[in-house]
Amino acid sequence: MKDVSYIHRPNRPLAVYAILYLGFLYLPVLFLPLFSFNDATTIAFPLKGFTLRWYEQLAEIPALHGALLNSLKVGAVTAVVSTFLGIFAAKAVTRYTAPGLRPAMAIIMVPLVIPEVILGTALLILVVQLGMELSLVSITVGHIIVTVPFAVAMLISRFEGFDKSMEEASSDLGENAWWTFWRVTFPLVFPGILASLLVTFTISFDEFIMAFFLSGTETTLPVYMWSQLRFPARLPSVLALGALILLASFFVVTFAEWIRRRGVSRSQPGL
Amino acid sequence: MTDDTPFIAIDRVSKSFGPVVAVDDVTISIRRGEFFSLLGPSGCGKTTLLRMISGFETPTAGEIHIDGNPMSAVLPHERPTNMVFQNYAIFPHLDVRGNIAYGLRKHRLSKAEVDQRVGDTLDMVKLSGFENRRATQLSGGQRQRVALARALIMRPKVLLLDEPLAALDKKLRENMQLELRSLQQSVGITFILVTHDQEEALTMSDRIAVMSEGRVEQIASPGELYESPNCRNVASFIGVMNFIDGTVRGLQGKFAIVETAALGQLKAPVAGPFVVPDAPVVVGVRPEKLLLSDCSPEGGANGIAGTVTNAAYYGESTYFYVDVEGCEEPFIVSTKNDLRDTSRQKPPPGRIWMSWRDESMVLLPPE
Repeated sequence: MKDVSYIHRPNRPLAVYAILYLGFLYLPVLFLPLFSFNDATTIAFPLKGFTLRWYEQLAEIPALHGALLNSLKVGAVTAVVSTFLGIFAAKAVTRYTAPGLRPAMAIIMVPLVIPEVILGTALLILVVQLGMELSLVSITVGHIIVTVPFAVAMLISRFEGFDKSMEEASSDLGENAWWTFWRVTFPLVFPGILASLLVTFTISFDEFIMAFFLSGTETTLPVYMWSQLRFPARLPSVLALGALILLASFFVVTFAEWIRRRGVSRSQPGL
Repeated sequence: MTDDTPFIAIDRVSKSFGPVVAVDDVTISIRRGEFFSLLGPSGCGKTTLLRMISGFETPTAGEIHIDGNPMSAVLPHERPTNMVFQNYAIFPHLDVRGNIAYGLRKHRLSKAEVDQRVGDTLDMVKLSGFENRRATQLSGGQRQRVALARALIMRPKVLLLDEPLAALDKKLRENMQLELRSLQQSVGITFILVTHDQEEALTMSDRIAVMSEGRVEQIASPGELYESPNCRNVASFIGVMNFIDGTVRGLQGKFAIVETAALGQLKAPVAGPFVVPDAPVVVGVRPEKLLLSDCSPEGGANGIAGTVTNAAYYGESTYFYVDVEGCEEPFIVSTKNDLRDTSRQKPPPGRIWMSWRDESMVLLPPE
């Protein structure tokens, strides 16, 4: 077809590249569920047979249940606090002009590019210097620092996604700043808030390095999993646990993205 | 409906954004019940002025009074003004009823009273039965009506309209112009309209302030503005006008004798104190006040011969571009196509004459 420009023409090498790329990205991850159903303690081909034994074993380890509960607690608090802080930051950066606003935003976003090992070490030193004990609280603080940039980024795009004149219209119709926030701003950014809660929760739930540096006697699920890797017999059940977390994370993030997009299309009706 | 006491007094108001002066020492008084328009090209400061009346911007200098009360200390949500936004700013998470009743929260009305008022207001904007539509299911024209109803239900002292028709297509826009005008007359609320569309301003307004570069050039009724503009800017922003440079030679009662290079001596009505002997002036004449004919005009009428170089056909009228010896710019002559004669699409061949009356000319100060 000579009349089709190169922009629309199918491109076979590019398609091959895309498939290879996706394979490289996801095949290793797929080994996790694969071996979690394998009836053998060693991780090696050939597969020995199908079993649900490793999943059954998960139910019988109290330490794992404690770690899971800790992770849920830390994740929930992290999600609420970082989303709350994110709302303020996003509102400030999209609605106001003030000296120092841009540098302040840059500082908020910096944890995205600082290696977590360094952040973790720094916080560890701080906590020790302050004479505080390492606990779930110190892990939560670490996680908030790591997740706030994500919350801010998601909420900024949400605040920018609706017209400032909506808030002006509310003010014009007699509502003060407080009522305008609750009657207009909040409902319009709500999908962003929900998405931020889900994503920050997921990040906290999966986070290892900060939790490793900052945990005391109690620890979170990823750190617990890492500690179990020392016992070869436990490896298959760690794989089973990993597979479950993978599945849950996938659903939560997909749900968050779905909410975010639905919100975007609803707040931007065609003129 | 109108009386002469100023209802809204804009008193020497200026607004700067950093080094940029958006509104420069503007003074306007608007009467109660008036349909007043701020007209000008984009960037002339008309929207900034409107936003200062609504309270979204604070004047750098000057004061705005509404119904006798100074507004500088009054916040937007406490002002007796309501606004129809350019993009309508309809709340997408509420239905039509929720949008229109939005401002009634503080009035503490019962549900029945709210329904009654929403229904009445929807009747007013011809949108009855749309209460439960979502904002996202409305067409551009319907959204515009919802924005209007949402503001009118507040019974404001002043309704501010920021380019309310700019997003509508031409036919709908023309209908809405008439409808807005009759709506304004029936509710008796003072309307202040911001527009860059001169036709819109002329059709709807009682009076128009023409703005340019932050200043008010002229405040007058549509007719006065078109027939007696006070400067070249206004004359060329509203409609089309032919300009001829000249010098005043003398005064004869209400007329001035003006010497021009291309057209010789002309006798035009005196327009202001700038018309004194030896002063440079600009003679202006509108295209439809020029008559085309095959031969030189009889009697005392002014006339000049030229050749038509171009024709722009508009259906009901045709603009002919006439080259006259000694003039750089061609004259623009508008003729009504009062006969079913398609030859008006093309320039007529050969020499033709233009003629006009003394009273058709307007004298303007030079730039």
